[in-house]
Order: sequence, then C-alpha cells, then structure tokens
Amino acid sequence: MNANRTLNVILGIYVALIFAFVFAPIIFSMIFSFNSQRFPTIPLGSFTTEWYAKILADPDIWEAALNSLIVSCSTAVIATFLGFCTAYSDYRYNFRFKGPYLALILLPPTIPLIIMALAMLAWFSKIGMSGQIYSIIIAHSVLTAPFAMAVIRLRLNQMDPDLESAAWNLGGSEWATMRHVIIPFCKPAIFSGLFLTAAVSFDEFAVSWFVSGLNKTLPVIILEIVQGNIDPQVNAIGTFVFLISMTLVVLAQIFFASRQMKSIRP
Amino acid sequence: MPTKPARTINLYALTWRLPIIFWQFIFFVGPVLFMVAMSFFLVKNYRMTEAFEFVNWSKMLSRGYFWDSYWYTVFIASVATVCAMCIAFPAAFALAFRASESTRRWAIFLLIIPFFTSYLVRTFSWFVILSESGVINGLLGTIGLGPYTMLNTNFGTLVGYMTLTLPLVVILQTVTMANIDKTLIEAARNLGCKPLATIWQVIIPLSKTGLIIAAIFCFILSFGDFVAPFYLGGSQEPTLPILILDTTKSGQQWPRAAVVAIMMMGTLFAIAFAGIALAYRKRKGAK
Repeated sequence: MNANRTLNVILGIYVALIFAFVFAPIIFSMIFSFNSQRFPTIPLGSFTTEWYAKILADPDIWEAALNSLIVSCSTAVIATFLGFCTAYSDYRYNFRFKGPYLALILLPPTIPLIIMALAMLAWFSKIGMSGQIYSIIIAHSVLTAPFAMAVIRLRLNQMDPDLESAAWNLGGSEWATMRHVIIPFCKPAIFSGLFLTAAVSFDEFAVSWFVSGLNKTLPVIILEIVQGNIDPQVNAIGTFVFLISMTLVVLAQIFFASRQMKSIRP
Repeated sequence: MPTKPARTINLYALTWRLPIIFWQFIFFVGPVLFMVAMSFFLVKNYRMTEAFEFVNWSKMLSRGYFWDSYWYTVFIASVATVCAMCIAFPAAFALAFRASESTRRWAIFLLIIPFFTSYLVRTFSWFVILSESGVINGLLGTIGLGPYTMLNTNFGTLVGYMTLTLPLVVILQTVTMANIDKTLIEAARNLGCKPLATIWQVIIPLSKTGLIIAAIFCFILSFGDFVAPFYLGGSQEPTLPILILDTTKSGQQWPRAAVVAIMMMGTLFAIAFAGIALAYRKRKGAK
C-alpha cells in the first residue's frame, strides 16, 4: 500500500514536469515580454512595457494585425460552411464514393504544412491568384474545414434520428426542416467550429508565409523578426496573439460544453 | 444513417454535397496534382516552363546532399517519435489509471491549449531559454555548472519537436489507455501478474492501435516541421522541409522543391499505411 502511495507521488511529480515543459515556453514568453533585457537570463531585468509600446507604434504590425483579423474571420466563415455541408451530407446520406468524399475534406491536415505551402504557392501562381489576402483565406479554409466538420458531425450524432423525419411528417419541407430544426440544433457546434477554425487560422504561418506575398499576417511578421535576431518584440506580439487564440479556444470550449449539457436534457 | 431512403439525387442533397467537392478539387486536389506535374517542369533563365522532363528527378535523386538530408530527417523524426512516446507514456499512464475523471478532463483541456498557441513564439522562447547566456545556463551558473551548448545541436531540434508533439502524444495515449476495460487489468493483477508485466502484457497490447496512431502523428509532425531544426537545430544538417524552403525561397527552383515534397509525401504515406496495417493486424491476432 505504501509503495503504491510513493508511486502515485512520483507519477504526480512526473505529470507536473511534463506540464512544466509544455507550458514553460508560453509562460517564459509572457515574462520576457515585460522584461527589460534584450537577452533575457536569470536574474531577470526590470519590469518594462517598452516592447508593447514599440509594437503599438509600429504601423506594419497594425497592418498585419488587421490582415490576420480579416483572414481568420473569413476563413472561419468559409471553413465552417464547408464543414457543415460535409458533416450534414455524411450524417444524412449514404452514397457511392463516400470514402473518397470524406478523405477529400479530412486529408489536408495530415500533409505537412510546408508541402501544402509549396503546392498552394505554385497552384495560385499558375491560376493567377497568388500574393493576395484571399489566397491565404482560401488556403486556410482548405486546412481548417475538417476541424469544423468534426465538431459539427459530433453534434449531429447527438441528434435524435427521428427528429428530422418528424418535421417532414408534420409537413415541413426539407429546406424548412434544415432551417428550423437542424441548424438551430447545430448552432452551438457551428459557433464552436467558427472559433476553432479562426484560432487555427490565426496561428498558421507556413502557408501564409508562402502565399501571402506582401500581405503579411502577424505570424508571418513574427517569422520575419525571428529570422533577423533576438528581438523581445516577438514576445510582446506572441503574448497578444496568445491571448486572442486562447479567447477563441475558450469560447469554442464553452459552446462545446453547452452542447453536451443540452444533449442530456433535450 | 439514412433516416429516409433518399436514393434519388435531388437539389437539396446536392446543395450540401457539392460545395466541398468543388472547393477541395480546385484548392486541394488541384495544388497537389499540379505540384506532381511541376516536378517535371523545367526552369530556364529563372522562369519555369511547362515540360515533361525527368531532369529534376535525376538531378535531385543523384545528389549526395539530398540523401544525406533524407536519412537525417528520417533519423531525427524517428528519434523524436521514440522520445515522445517514451516520455509521454508514464504521464499518460498516470492520467489514465491514477487520476480522477475530472482531473483527466482538465489535463486534456490544458494540453489542447498549446495546440492553438503560436508554435513560432514557443520556439523563439526556447531559443532564448536554451541559449548560451539564457535562463537554463543562468540557473546552472549559480551552482557553478555550464555553460552548455544546447542550441544548434540535435538536442535543440528535439526540444522543438517535443514542444510540437508531446501534448498531442500525451492526449492520444491517455485517451487510448483510459478506454481500456479496467476489469481486464484487475483480472491480470488477481492472477498474479506483476505491475510492470501488466503494463507490458496487458495494457500495451490492448492499447496498441491508439499507441501506433499516436506514433504516426508524432512522426508526421516532426518529419514535416521546419521551425525546430531551423531555429533550434541551426539547420547545420538541413532536414527535408528546410531543403524545400531553401530551394523554393532562394533558388526559384520550384520543380526541385516539388521533387523533395513528393519524396516526403511518399515516405509519410508508406509509414502511415505500414503503421495502420500493423495496428490492425496485431489487433486481430490478439482476439
């Protein structure tokens, strides 16, 4: 019994160490963003908001932030729409080539981003769509649609299969049933999908970097600063980006949780 | 799950089915196929011309640096996979068998967070932490050790890969092991199986599929990542993603970058299929 106790303590410490490793870079980045040293070390320098002042005064960063905002919002809408259509088709219909059909939406995230970036860059140049904001939006919607699809598909699983038929029996057309039954039922998952895809898009840098041309997003700016030298501005931008991503993920989780509550009490 | 026999194709069904087909064909299948075609194009005077020549393939595949890079990438991604699987296992074991349901859910929620934070910023953070005059060497210096060189080494690259893959591997392993029928483990223990033997002979075989899938994801992520080997490994030995990056960004040699990309995809597909086949076969044999 005592040995079991000791083992539990050791395992507890081990898990804590893993979490420390995973969160160390995030926490240190936040600490460094308020630290006066250019090359942060122990002991830390004094508290400063210099780096934040610097990024707020930089018009390039404002422009990038605006681009990031446009990209992630547009991506979220397109990807969630595509995800919803596919999730519903998968839920409602059985058809030939359903395997390849689902592979079409689910495959992109399993391909390394650098390869997608090269393929997208070459293809967009070929069809004359490269270097635009919408190039990033299109590429991101391909990459993020599966996340929206997964969330919405899980929600559809919780729907009583007779609900749709009941609406038809009561005289609702398929379109009316979609509008008044299915979409309201999926609403939490749709919002969850919107926030999730926006968060993924907001952090993506490889594809954005390749296809964006001169329209840089925040992660691309970070990439370019990092390539130059050590510049604590990165930590300030990173902390800012982190807060936005976190807000989006927490919002997605809240909708996800509310969804589970409702399924218990329909 | 067809709730109504909707065999006939109507406007309603097509409205939901077609958008993704159109979109992915134009913006996913199109780019990938074009990349394959592009690997046969020629570059003349810094301009790409459409052709069907094998010169890019023969040039790339006959170069020593390509194969050096190829095997180095396979090697370092394999090491990363073994490390991540081994490091994650005790933690996943603890979360799956020793933690309460709510602790486990919180742990998984926390481990999802890094997935949505900028990997670049985390890498940059490690760069500062691990550097010669960084936080770790600063700490070690106070007790009279170091400084150690951690950047621009395989160790640096591996730290980056772990940052990328460890949260996902812990999540996948935890979920897999938490789903094991606990009575089977109790049965093994009651029949006199020692704790370590239980892990080897009961838990690992029962969670084989999930473990293999975790390993595959880990390999894919490490194999395709250019940030860790570039910033933390110093790209002294360029990995394939760095090779793609250099060939595309500086040399304008898109067709040759396409050759590298296709070789990468081929390798990943082979490994993924082999892994899935292995997971599936063993499962059947156990029953």
